[in-house]
Amino acid sequence: MSAETKKPKVGVYVCHCGTNISHTVDVEQVRDWAEKTLGAEGVVISRDYKFMCSSLGQELIEKDIKEMGLDRVVVAACSPHLHEMTFRGASKRAGLNPYLTELASIREQVSWVHTDKEVATEKAKAVVAGAVERVVQNEPLEDIRVPIHPDTLVVGGGIAGIQAALEIANAGFKVYLVEREPSIGGHMAQFDKTFPTLDCAACILTPRMFEAGMHPNIELLTWSEVTNVAGYVGNFTVTIKKKPRYVIEELCTGCGICVEKCPKKVVDDVYEAGLGYRKVVYTPFAQAVPKYPVIDAPNCTYFQKGTCKACEKFCPTNAIDFNQKEEFINVEVGNIILATGYDLFDARRVSNYGYGRLANVFTSIEFERMCNAAGPTSGNIVLRDGKTQPKSVGIIHCVGSRDKNYNNYCSSICCMQSLKFAHLVKERTGATVYDFYIDMRTPMKAYDEFYQRVMDEGTLFVRGKVAQVTNAARNEHEEGKLIIQVEDTLAGKQRRIPVDMVVLSTGMEPRHDAKETSHLFGIGCSSDGWFTEKHPKLDPISTMTEGIMIAGTATGPKDIPASVAQGAAAAARVLDKILQKEVVLEPIKASVNQEQCSGCRICNGLCPYNAILFHEDRMVSEINPALCQGCGTCVAACPAGAINGTGFSNAQILAQIDGLLMDVNLAGA
Amino acid sequence: MSKPKFAMYWSGSCGGCEIAVINIHEKILDVDANFDIAFWPVAMDAKVKDVEALEDGAILLTLWNGSIRNEENEHMAHLLRKKSKILVAFGSCATEGCIPGLANLAPLHEIFDVAFHTISTDNPQGIHPQPVTKVPEGEISIPLMKDRVYTLAQVVDVDYYMPGCPPESHQIAAVIDLVIQVLQGKAELPPKGSVIGAGGSTVCEECPRKRGVKTIKAFHRIQEVAPVDPDICLLEQGVPCNGPATRSGCDARCPNVGAQCIGCYGPAEGVIDYGARLVTAFASVIDATEPEEIERILDGIPDPTGQFYRFNLADSLFRASASSFKKNGQSPAKASGA
Ligand SMILES: Cc1cc2nc3c(=O)[nH]c(=O)nc-3n(C[C@H](O)[C@H](O)[C@H](O)COP(=O)(O)OP(=O)(O)OC[C@H]3O[C@@H](n4cnc5c(N)ncnc54)[C@H](O)[C@@H]3O)c2cc1C
Ligand code: SF4
Ligand code: SF4
Ligand code: SF4
Ligand code: SF4
Ligand code: SF4
Repeated sequence: MSAETKKPKVGVYVCHCGTNISHTVDVEQVRDWAEKTLGAEGVVISRDYKFMCSSLGQELIEKDIKEMGLDRVVVAACSPHLHEMTFRGASKRAGLNPYLTELASIREQVSWVHTDKEVATEKAKAVVAGAVERVVQNEPLEDIRVPIHPDTLVVGGGIAGIQAALEIANAGFKVYLVEREPSIGGHMAQFDKTFPTLDCAACILTPRMFEAGMHPNIELLTWSEVTNVAGYVGNFTVTIKKKPRYVIEELCTGCGICVEKCPKKVVDDVYEAGLGYRKVVYTPFAQAVPKYPVIDAPNCTYFQKGTCKACEKFCPTNAIDFNQKEEFINVEVGNIILATGYDLFDARRVSNYGYGRLANVFTSIEFERMCNAAGPTSGNIVLRDGKTQPKSVGIIHCVGSRDKNYNNYCSSICCMQSLKFAHLVKERTGATVYDFYIDMRTPMKAYDEFYQRVMDEGTLFVRGKVAQVTNAARNEHEEGKLIIQVEDTLAGKQRRIPVDMVVLSTGMEPRHDAKETSHLFGIGCSSDGWFTEKHPKLDPISTMTEGIMIAGTATGPKDIPASVAQGAAAAARVLDKILQKEVVLEPIKASVNQEQCSGCRICNGLCPYNAILFHEDRMVSEINPALCQGCGTCVAACPAGAINGTGFSNAQILAQIDGLLMDVNLAGA
Repeated sequence: MSKPKFAMYWSGSCGGCEIAVINIHEKILDVDANFDIAFWPVAMDAKVKDVEALEDGAILLTLWNGSIRNEENEHMAHLLRKKSKILVAFGSCATEGCIPGLANLAPLHEIFDVAFHTISTDNPQGIHPQPVTKVPEGEISIPLMKDRVYTLAQVVDVDYYMPGCPPESHQIAAVIDLVIQVLQGKAELPPKGSVIGAGGSTVCEECPRKRGVKTIKAFHRIQEVAPVDPDICLLEQGVPCNGPATRSGCDARCPNVGAQCIGCYGPAEGVIDYGARLVTAFASVIDATEPEEIERILDGIPDPTGQFYRFNLADSLFRASASSFKKNGQSPAKASGA
């Protein structure tokens, strides 16, 4: 710093955070130390307070700015994620440029991660010294305002995505709803009845699907996937791949003649969960939205052998087009909602339960299809032979969930789903039902009442984790049956229960491609693969990336009501942003010093937001400030030091390092 | 009116800088015409005691060529600093340590071992230099080596920096012209601490080679690339060219004649650690995601210190290897005057 610049006046505010900080850091000592030893760096006042973020705490800062003429503020408290905005706001109210305020994290980075008070106090001093040195180098900055594009992208057409799309569309704004399957509906479209009310899934879902399909503000893009996302909140450019349907949507009337005439059937692994068949040209189910079929090209005789074309011959409107190619479209949107849902745990992984090996072991989704009147058995609960009704059924909870070998978490819906199954078996077959649970989890509205109802109906509950399902009989009772071996923890004994049919209540898992999806959209996901919320309690539908919302089971297991609530909440957040018309962006941007840039082009391919352009004529690079997100990648890469990142200049970073490396015991002593 | 005094001194360096000054041809006559040469051991006889006798600040301009390797260098640096109005760190050794600075990779005893006791040294009597030796006439002493190689600015206050190994003659001539113009009141000196006799960008700016968006799949030593395309950026051909990070001023001498820049003009304006800049730049354009593939590509740079710090080690943030570090405890960032 040159001598003639005016000496800064820094105020330091050390927060106790109740006892969160003061339990491990001697807050008073840090306060005294800052005032005494950081005087040379410009500190003129240092205070401590129980809760700096409270209005009284903030007023302390505002008062000092006004009365003492502070021109820099350091608040030693929690992480900037939590309260940077709060304290910048306090400075702003007192007339100080908000970017001259720094938050020194002595909670997340000090008190919460240390136990030795003496050492933690020393470290807190170093962190404060770093922030003071840095703030002195800060420059006043002005927020950037950019308009928000009023259109929204919703990815995933399950119930959560449908709900979100409808809320926004009903408010009068355009939505692109992208679904990778031929129809929207998601998992819910596969079910028969829904717990706890037992309304028919199709009856409550299809009106929503239909509404979404017909809505003038919703552009439905099924059989499509997002392949690229560029830009930032308010201004995303999204590339969507439309897979070829081989059916011209404009001509197709959805009459279904092609499906009828197609001579080839294949096992439907998706919608029918492998239990039923579909044609090669198909709509997954009768109420599919949109109504247009798709041709499953890898299985199509024409694509394999060059002959057949039955569908083409019979289509009354000439809507079949074997020459369709995949198509990429770009759309501009201001906000994005990800509602990509879940995958089911693969029951084959628990080999001791015999799924895939023992014919009459079923998964929950197979069972759902079997119960569905429109499903492969027309709603009859029968063994794998397709005709025999079971006389006894065992339902096993927590398959793949709450188990260190598979997933540690509770899938939260499968207790209720098991109870629903128990009820349906009773209702439709009168068979004896055994329900094997570890703990019964029925905490939501009307859930426990449903449990009591199923108990009253006579389902036999066995508390214990099933060890294995086997067909190795030990006596004639067990002959020809599936034997469930379990420790009944209430009776305190081992039991072997022979049944005709076993249903595995498989848990939920993140989508197999959830990690790729999170990278594509630039959001976080847990090591399991569930998308990470901005705050697990206070902001469960936002992500750390502005403008990208998450809803439904993509963030973790939940039931339909919770998925719908999240879809609506995410939509409300989007509408809030759209109605604000513009978004305030932090002015943290990179810029190229045109004199210093040598045109080496090292930076040219690096920007994740494509903000860097190269001027061939002048041989220099330039950054488009509207696209730059201030990620810092190019700043670090430029070998000429020609790129500067506002808010993270060399001077600021080095000053902060100097502060951090200050010998807190020597300084000022 | 007596002419202003000029001095040039040679410490830990190869001497190429002195030759480069002579190499300005007839311009040297301007030096003589405008200056009284007070002290320039390479060019004319002079004694230290003559310098000591001068008043403080009596010399207008001193060009200091060389690193600070021993205590005599340091002593002379302090002396000339005191006697000079303008002290210029001249050439790579003085500004950033240059090749002598690579000695900072090893502790002193290893350097002596290599110099006096390895198989390639013919030293049948096993002579090892002693600081003080008794001879019949009394005691004679030689200057002690310092713990490591320092740049001039690490031991005394420096007014200007002139990079290059050696600085290009046309740049030297231009600087001399400037000083003469200042003397005649026709120009002003640049702000203290400036880099003079060089450009404000990097070598790529002066390099005529065509370049595209960079992606590197492999690094090769230049002799392994046959034939080297004469028109395309060497880095894009996998030859690790330091041009992107090296200060402009040489007219891209090396890439112009088909060799990669090895970095003798030092870091660009405002860059604190030359090697680190270059490492991040190269790393940024490596076109691979698999760790093994990245390893393989990086193996194409067999001597990273030589590649990234050939000239700049003594002035890098690290200054020296841990084993040769003795006087630790200084925050390098602060010491660099950033
Ligand atoms: C057997 C079973 C029975 C259940 N029964 C009940 C019940 O009775 N009552 C109840 O409340 N809950 C029940 N549930 C839970 C219920 O299924 C979920 O709460 C609900 O379906 C979640 O909806 P969703 O929209 O979040 O996800 P999903 O239904 O999984 O929808 C996600 C959609 O996104 C699409 N998609 C995924 N990735 C992409 C991508 N990258 N690009 C484009 N599209 C993509 C998918 O194709 C899918 O259409 C049951 C669950 C199971 C397993
Ligand atoms: S909801 Fe019930 S069955 Fe599902 S994992 Fe949790 S405890 Fe197990
Ligand atoms: S800092 Fe650089 S790389 Fe990052 S967004 Fe801005 S221009 Fe792109
Ligand atoms: S990396 Fe730096 S010097 Fe090279 S083109 Fe980009 S901005 Fe210019
Ligand atoms: S050859 Fe070297 S100096 Fe020339 S453009 Fe390429 S990297 Fe830059
Ligand atoms: S190209 Fe590089 S190594 Fe060659 S003279 Fe110029 S700066 Fe020095």
